[in-house]
Amino acid sequence: MANLFAGVGTSHVPGIGAAVDHDKTQLPYWKPLFDGYGPAREWMEREKPDVVIIVYNDHASAFSLELIPTFAMGVAAEFQPADEGYGPRQVPVVEGHPELAWHICESLIMDEFDMTIANKMPVDHGLTVPLSIMCGQPEAWPCKVIPLAVNVIQYPQPRGSRCFALGKAIRAAVDSFDEDLKVAVWGTGGMSHQLQGERAGFVNEPFDTAFLNDLTADKERLINIGHTEYMREAGSEGAELVMWLIMLGALDKDAKEVYRHYHVPASNTAAGLIILENP
Amino acid sequence: MRQDRPYSNIPGTYVLDPQHSMQGYELNMFCMSLNKPQNRDKFRLDEEAYLDDFPLTKEQRKAVLSRDWLGLLQLGGNIYYTFKLAIFDRRNMQYVGGAMSGVSEQEFTDMMIAGGRPVEGNLYTSEEK
Repeated sequence: MANLFAGVGTSHVPGIGAAVDHDKTQLPYWKPLFDGYGPAREWMEREKPDVVIIVYNDHASAFSLELIPTFAMGVAAEFQPADEGYGPRQVPVVEGHPELAWHICESLIMDEFDMTIANKMPVDHGLTVPLSIMCGQPEAWPCKVIPLAVNVIQYPQPRGSRCFALGKAIRAAVDSFDEDLKVAVWGTGGMSHQLQGERAGFVNEPFDTAFLNDLTADKERLINIGHTEYMREAGSEGAELVMWLIMLGALDKDAKEVYRHYHVPASNTAAGLIILENP
Repeated sequence: MRQDRPYSNIPGTYVLDPQHSMQGYELNMFCMSLNKPQNRDKFRLDEEAYLDDFPLTKEQRKAVLSRDWLGLLQLGGNIYYTFKLAIFDRRNMQYVGGAMSGVSEQEFTDMMIAGGRPVEGNLYTSEEK
């Protein structure tokens, strides 16, 4: 049977991907951030998940205001890096796992989560930057990927409680997949940041620290953070953190923190990373 | 449509809520069009002519042409869309962040390196200095 063994929460700042792509990771500005990614890459190499479900948001790449799915899961065999205005990132094509992805979609919809199913979905920095963070620059990504795109740009975004419940339903789906696969879920985005307006550059380290702590210490508090609290306390784009709650919902109740890294700034953002493992 | 919003008193923040999305749809979709290389070439050749294909308001059109980064948000733009125009100009997020908050790119970058815009004074409009 498939085994969902761990979760990762990480920021997906485009500048982090650009630093990797343009060989800037050892510059003084970026080095402290990338030094902290070292142990996470070692973990990834050691654990070798077969499939990673990456929860991310599309930033006006595959979707736009024309069509705004709240939850869209990619079931294709491959996903091309998107052109976000610079030309596509020169990173490997992302290989999917259609059988598991379809199984999860079917299970979720029967479980009353009305998913959007995507057969063609270019993937932007929201998905490829976490792969660069965790895997560096391989010839091919070392795992299959199931993209789960969440709308966090158009208000109202899904509530934290709904995201957590979706994570639980994903777990049930993975548990019932009849193939021996090692599966991880990554929740991406955040941490506190505001890209827009006169308040651009807003960062709230105490909020972020409490968020990282409560992924193990007080899930109930995190699940109940509302839209306004995210926008006020974590910045207008900090609301991306609801995507970490999908990852959290997919884990055991007593999942343990095995690694954490936090650094300000990555571009205009507070960058965080955490690894949680089921006992 | 509900106008009073619990987040209305967050300073310097333009939430892409239903009202904002209706106001900015065409503007944001113009920005979105710059994802395609052939559109970027067309826009580069003649910005005014390219904009004729998008039913923008006079104010939105002016804000695009003058690269009024804060004005674009006030006229319905969302940063993930308007930033595509900045990418077109080869500007980075520190430049745009500075332009929206009235400081230079270098001052904005320095603020981020020093830990970002502080929490104190920036949670409620009532505490703005």
